[in-house]
Amino acid sequence: MTQMNMVQAINDALRFEMQRDDRIVVLGEDVGKVGGVFRVTAGLYDEFGDDRVIDTPLSEGGIIGAAIGMALYGLKPVPEIQFSDFIFPAYDQIVSELAKFRYRSGGEFPCPMVIRTPVGGGIRGGHYHSQSPEAQFIHVAGLKVVCPATPADAKGLLLSALRDPDPVMFFEPKRIYRAAKGEVPEGDYTVPIGKANVARQGEHVTLVTWGAMLYESLDAANKVQAEGVNVEIIDLRTLWPLDIDTVVASVKKTGRVVVVHEAPKTCGLGGEIVALINEKAFLYLEAPPKRVCGFDTPFPYTLENEYLPLSHRIVPALLETARY
Amino acid sequence: MKEAKTALEMYRMMQLIRRFEEEAARAYSLGKIGGFLHLYIGQEAIAVGAAHALEATDSVVTTYRDHGIALARGMTSNAGMAELFGKVTGCSKGLGGSMHFFDKEHRMYGGHGIIGSHLPLAAGIAFASKYTGDGGVTMVFYGDGAASIGATHEGMSLAALWKLPIVFVCENNQYSMGTSLERSISVTDMSTKADAYGMAKDRFVAEDVFEVRDRLKVAIERARRGEGPTLVEILTYRYRGHSMSDPAKYRTKEEVEDHKRRDALNRLRADLDASTDTRAAAEALDASVEAEVAESIRFADASPEPTADLLEATTYVGEFAR
Repeated sequence: MTQMNMVQAINDALRFEMQRDDRIVVLGEDVGKVGGVFRVTAGLYDEFGDDRVIDTPLSEGGIIGAAIGMALYGLKPVPEIQFSDFIFPAYDQIVSELAKFRYRSGGEFPCPMVIRTPVGGGIRGGHYHSQSPEAQFIHVAGLKVVCPATPADAKGLLLSALRDPDPVMFFEPKRIYRAAKGEVPEGDYTVPIGKANVARQGEHVTLVTWGAMLYESLDAANKVQAEGVNVEIIDLRTLWPLDIDTVVASVKKTGRVVVVHEAPKTCGLGGEIVALINEKAFLYLEAPPKRVCGFDTPFPYTLENEYLPLSHRIVPALLETARY
Repeated sequence: MKEAKTALEMYRMMQLIRRFEEEAARAYSLGKIGGFLHLYIGQEAIAVGAAHALEATDSVVTTYRDHGIALARGMTSNAGMAELFGKVTGCSKGLGGSMHFFDKEHRMYGGHGIIGSHLPLAAGIAFASKYTGDGGVTMVFYGDGAASIGATHEGMSLAALWKLPIVFVCENNQYSMGTSLERSISVTDMSTKADAYGMAKDRFVAEDVFEVRDRLKVAIERARRGEGPTLVEILTYRYRGHSMSDPAKYRTKEEVEDHKRRDALNRLRADLDASTDTRAAAEALDASVEAEVAESIRFADASPEPTADLLEATTYVGEFAR
């Protein structure tokens, strides 16, 4: 075990897998010589050379499109989109080509690749450096979607993603790139895709979240504990395929649920989670499910701490749900 | 005539593509093929010339008008027709349909229904060839309509920057669906797009399949030598509408007839007919083409449809929601 932050853990996973699999190619804007704007790919260019760590032009559609071709030919590309807000020029490639390749070729051409991209708010980035578009990829059949909250999960999930036979969207919560620190196993370490983690045990309310909001949720849970409300927190880790069984098992125990996510409320993943809980555990519910989310507005620059579902917004939702 | 054996091979394939599509059109009108069917009739010399210029170890990627190059690369008529019929014996198990012909064995990477989006993808395939050092060249076909979309240029930009072993073939059939070239783009000489990326270029009319083969070969060899991509614009014409549902009223009968008079398939046949031996051989090939196409219709008709369990296995590995 080594103490690492999120950036170090992701870098460690990339380096580990690149050493053991020479089909892996990293490409993106400034990922090479500069080592990435968040330094996630630092050192890889020097270690693996410019034919495996490739600085690209500003051309998101080109980056993802070329990565698809590489994957079809047997390579394992790991494109980085500098901010997930910049991913939309490549949305056509992801939706029309990447996600559908296995299907429309009758299973002949799977398209394994990992698209890494920083996600979420918390750096005063405003509307083009802060968004959380995960639901827009979950809605596209054919993609797996991952969002780790801890350095160990970041490493373990990334290594699983790099060995997955299908395309994986790997969202990295930039707010906690350096703030989240923890013990990370050395060498080969995988966390299975599709398995949630019970981050805090409790019996009164289930809180479902992921990414950077795990820490706000833990903070809120500690605050309401003082008022006698014991919160169970589920960190989804993989957003799709969703580990609904873990969520439902918890809700059957508590009868109450709050979903917390940064993305706008309407048509966010929280809506799908609540729908699934209604389908699978309706008769166990003691209170209406609640969502604490971003607003249905562009991501704001100055009102970031109002928009984000931070602890001060989660606490009243937990109390209201617990006391319903 | 010169290269009589090759001439007969090319003739058979051009004739096969045309007859395959004529029968597909008939099956479409009988309701046996659903959705969309974009015919290549009139453009056969490009696919066949290209297939004869490429090695089996080279790769091709094309648009939704994909039956011609798929057959020319070696896909069987049965696998192609069954795909059109949406049958599980089709090249994409009936899940792709007309616009999504795939053939791993013959390095045919699709059939792409989204305009221009396959050009960056082709650059990636060429990158992988270069990365693995296998000596393969990628040839990507696109239409004149794709010249105005961003992805086309992103693909060219990366391919030129990375000096990839790739040939961009613009099949300029002069209409983006129903909008003529001069009404849809400011510079109608498509080959000049190469200048922006410092690529080599070529431009000619597809009236002679041998010329198509030979001029594409120059570009392929340039790519194989590591000298980077070439953009080759080939002027051509589709005799049918954009798809089966397009009556093509945006062009005159005279215009279509004028192009038909310069048909590359007829021209090749006339050359073959000039000598008794090759004429007899061409007639025998006609009969074998008829038999092959008839068999493909029978095969497609008799094949089963895919079942819903195939959807799960082809979405991704793992559970999905119904």
